Amino acid sequence: MKKDYSKLWTLFKSMFILSACTFGGGFVIVSLMKKKYVEELKWLEEDEMLDVTAITQSAPGPLPVNASVIIGYRMAGIIGSLTAILGTILPPMIIISIISLFYDQFRTNPYIATALQVMRAGVAAVIFDVVINLAGNVIKTKRILYIVMMVTAFVATYLFDVSAMLIIFVCLGIGLADLYVTLNNKKKGKVS
Amino acid sequence: MLLLKLFFAFIQVGMFSVGGGYAAIPLIQEQIVTIHHLMTMEEFSDLITVAEMTPGPISINSATFVGMRIAGIPGVLLCSIGCIIPSFIICLTLAHFYYKYRTVSGVQVVLGSLRPAVVALIASAGASILMLGLFQAELKDVVLGNLRYIELVIFVVALFLLRKFKLNAITIILGSGVVGTIVYVLMGAVA
Repeated sequence: MKKDYSKLWTLFKSMFILSACTFGGGFVIVSLMKKKYVEELKWLEEDEMLDVTAITQSAPGPLPVNASVIIGYRMAGIIGSLTAILGTILPPMIIISIISLFYDQFRTNPYIATALQVMRAGVAAVIFDVVINLAGNVIKTKRILYIVMMVTAFVATYLFDVSAMLIIFVCLGIGLADLYVTLNNKKKGKVS
Repeated sequence: MLLLKLFFAFIQVGMFSVGGGYAAIPLIQEQIVTIHHLMTMEEFSDLITVAEMTPGPISINSATFVGMRIAGIPGVLLCSIGCIIPSFIICLTLAHFYYKYRTVSGVQVVLGSLRPAVVALIASAGASILMLGLFQAELKDVVLGNLRYIELVIFVVALFLLRKFKLNAITIILGSGVVGTIVYVLMGAVA
């Protein structure tokens, strides 16, 4: 893995902006990171971004922080991790510090409430855009197993509130079983 | 001493909030309200409201809010650092092994089966936010008559702009907030 310190400033700047504009949960920032680092800067491959998301989801702690640790590490080792973390946590720290001083006015301001409500529509559009690309690529693998897993996982988490951790671990189990079958087939192929 | 107490409280929050976001709320409540009495339950529910209205992970938001209220800027720094130390160590270790072994074909097979799950999780988060945007409700509480047309139009236009013109995501998010608020103000519908 090559380390490239010239990217540190871009790394910090992009993490800072993404974090400052991410309303909603961790998967919103994952969608934004995918657009930024895979599509725009081409720093990561799409599969890599999905792997990173799976790892961040199975580790404790806030998802955006976890993702920035791994992406930072990928770009410039531990220094990269620290840079990315700083970019990710500075905006909420600054914003909340200021708001905590006069949060009553903030909480009850009707314009802020309206902006936050309509912004959800924009956030949803960004996530759908990313999901259309990602789901398209899963379908393109033409593996029925993957397509079924994707649909089942969606139904389980969205309609039945199954936790993300559980879904990741079940799929990990399926992956291990898949590996076992693949290796067995290879062995048989060699014998015959 | 109070600062140290805060620091260790948030290390625990960071270490045990598995599953992101909302999983952290009961942990923070336990540490801050129940065990250490650093905040009242009322202040804590205000904190959740504010954290939901601002960008950034809920645990960092709470760490900052609690830190600021109790000990000012040094409190903010200590709480936030405490909150991310476990993430930092664990994810760095995982990242190290991931990049060391990701090209091994067996690992590829296993990771391959995680990817459809991740796509589903992202899709589910998107669907939840869309329902909140269009109906101001979770899926199970959706009443079709409550459909908010302005948000629907913004969603469709934003998605079109993203697909067709590859517009920047941040522009879309902030743009939809600005345009939508202006429309509501013009209609005199700001509550």
